[in-house]
Amino acid sequence: MFLQQLLNSIAIGSVYALTSMGATLIYGILGILDIANAGAYVLGAYLGLLFYSLTGNIIISFAAAMATTGLLGILIQKYVYRPLLSQPAYIPLIASIGIFIFIENVIRLIAGPTIKQFTVKLPFSNLDYANLHINNVWVLIFIVALILMFLLWYLLKMTKIGLAWRATSQDLDIAKTMGINTNKVISLNFFLGYSFAASAGILIGILYNSIYPTMGSVVSYKMLAIIVLGGLGNPFGTVIAALLIGFIETMVGAYIGFFIPRNAIAFVALVIILLISPKGLFTQKSRI
Amino acid sequence: MYAIVVMINVGIFVLLALSLNIITGYAGQPNIGQGAFFGIGAYTGAVLTGKFGIYFWLAMPFAAIITGFIGFFLGLISIRIKEDFLAIVTIALNFIVAAVFQNVEFFGAAMGLSVPPPNWFGESLSYQGYLTIIIILIILVVIFSKWIEKSWLGMALGAIRNNEMAADSLGIDTKKFKIMAFVIGTSIAGLTGVVYAHYMTFIMASDFGFLTSVTILSMVILGGNNTIRGPIIGAVILGLIPEVFRFISDYRLLVYAGILILMIRFQPSGLLGDDSFVWNKLKLLKASLGRRRGA
Repeated sequence: MFLQQLLNSIAIGSVYALTSMGATLIYGILGILDIANAGAYVLGAYLGLLFYSLTGNIIISFAAAMATTGLLGILIQKYVYRPLLSQPAYIPLIASIGIFIFIENVIRLIAGPTIKQFTVKLPFSNLDYANLHINNVWVLIFIVALILMFLLWYLLKMTKIGLAWRATSQDLDIAKTMGINTNKVISLNFFLGYSFAASAGILIGILYNSIYPTMGSVVSYKMLAIIVLGGLGNPFGTVIAALLIGFIETMVGAYIGFFIPRNAIAFVALVIILLISPKGLFTQKSRI
Repeated sequence: MYAIVVMINVGIFVLLALSLNIITGYAGQPNIGQGAFFGIGAYTGAVLTGKFGIYFWLAMPFAAIITGFIGFFLGLISIRIKEDFLAIVTIALNFIVAAVFQNVEFFGAAMGLSVPPPNWFGESLSYQGYLTIIIILIILVVIFSKWIEKSWLGMALGAIRNNEMAADSLGIDTKKFKIMAFVIGTSIAGLTGVVYAHYMTFIMASDFGFLTSVTILSMVILGGNNTIRGPIIGAVILGLIPEVFRFISDYRLLVYAGILILMIRFQPSGLLGDDSFVWNKLKLLKASLGRRRGA
């Protein structure tokens, strides 16, 4: 029973990690709390369904939806965020909330407000081992999360692009004077950030077999709880924080029960942890 | 009649925006959870008059005090947790408060809470009566804000806003003044909540959620943070948009978001902020008028 709950929590935590990674990367480089990332999550889910109904191939749909959403990320940072960089942090935050509401409503007006089913035939079935039940979508989640996290790690730590990225995140102006094309780095950052969110949206859509225009609203603030807990802009911390929040939610829900709903538990945990450690769980000097 | 209802709605937002301005404007502290304090005031007022039968007029100061007391705790938190982290904590508090109202039976849970109409010399208060109360409150809050700007409190808050560490080293008790800003700002929001609850006669947890907080903050920023005119004009504009665009009801939120993005993108210091295009033009106009009068 405990093992089963643990598995549940890891599956949920993996999706949380994918969902919050985009916001973490963006905060790491620009210091912006990007709520619009939750819009990318919704958009990704809808594009995923669109491409799946067109091609019938889940891998192509993943790639196409992630690429399209990533391109949107590049446009948003170029036309909205970059001109606002010299402003105090709450200015881009308000802009990002505006973008999030905008994306949500465009989707609602085009695709309709009702729930759409997202049924995908996977090449592997549910696994049952003794008392353990492993949903086949969980397997998909683990695979996608592992691949994307490995790619991110490789890009950040093993390549020259990653070096430029880390330099930019430490100090944008100095990186620029050292000849790094910071605009390109920021673009790549937003492309990856938005496509990660898109992949999370598709996975959640498949897991619950439903997508709807407001599916990003809970995500938008839970994502913030996770990236803050992970130390704001620290990808490794975000993964740990996501797994931790998934764990706390599942365990409190399963064993203690609580007078407030599951989604609020993350915030109670957040406030308590921040009071103990005011800068999140994982602080480090260089953010990425 | 319709005009009065719209004016009441806008007036409530003006009060909320002015209350938030004391925290985000004067003290420079992020707060994306003002809706929670609006809600605490509304629910406290509703419980006081509805369940304990206390007069509406007494419930107002009581609810303001209780809301300010909870604001005091947010002030305490703001001493330890700062900047972006504090912003997220306010979001978290908003979410937790809304979840409590949504799930605790005493507060009506998901069914909401109905509020008895207050008495006004034996008659129930009319819409005109509410409008009068709100206008009086707005005038009082504006006078109070003006007083803060000129007082020691305002100067200390300005120092904290510009550089908290420097203010600390100059011997300003930053903790005390920050907490004061939070208490004042939240209790005004609580007071507004009581009026809102009795005017609506029915409140639900979703009235005081994240979206409400974001709307209030947008009004302050859009109009011009750290001024008195800014939050008022921001609340009037954003409060009127839903009414003006009523004829395209389905696209209302889209238009709202679009206007928000464009205004923030091209006037980040607010429409009537100290450094904004409109305000600079107005100042030039005023100066040229003054010169003509002098000549």
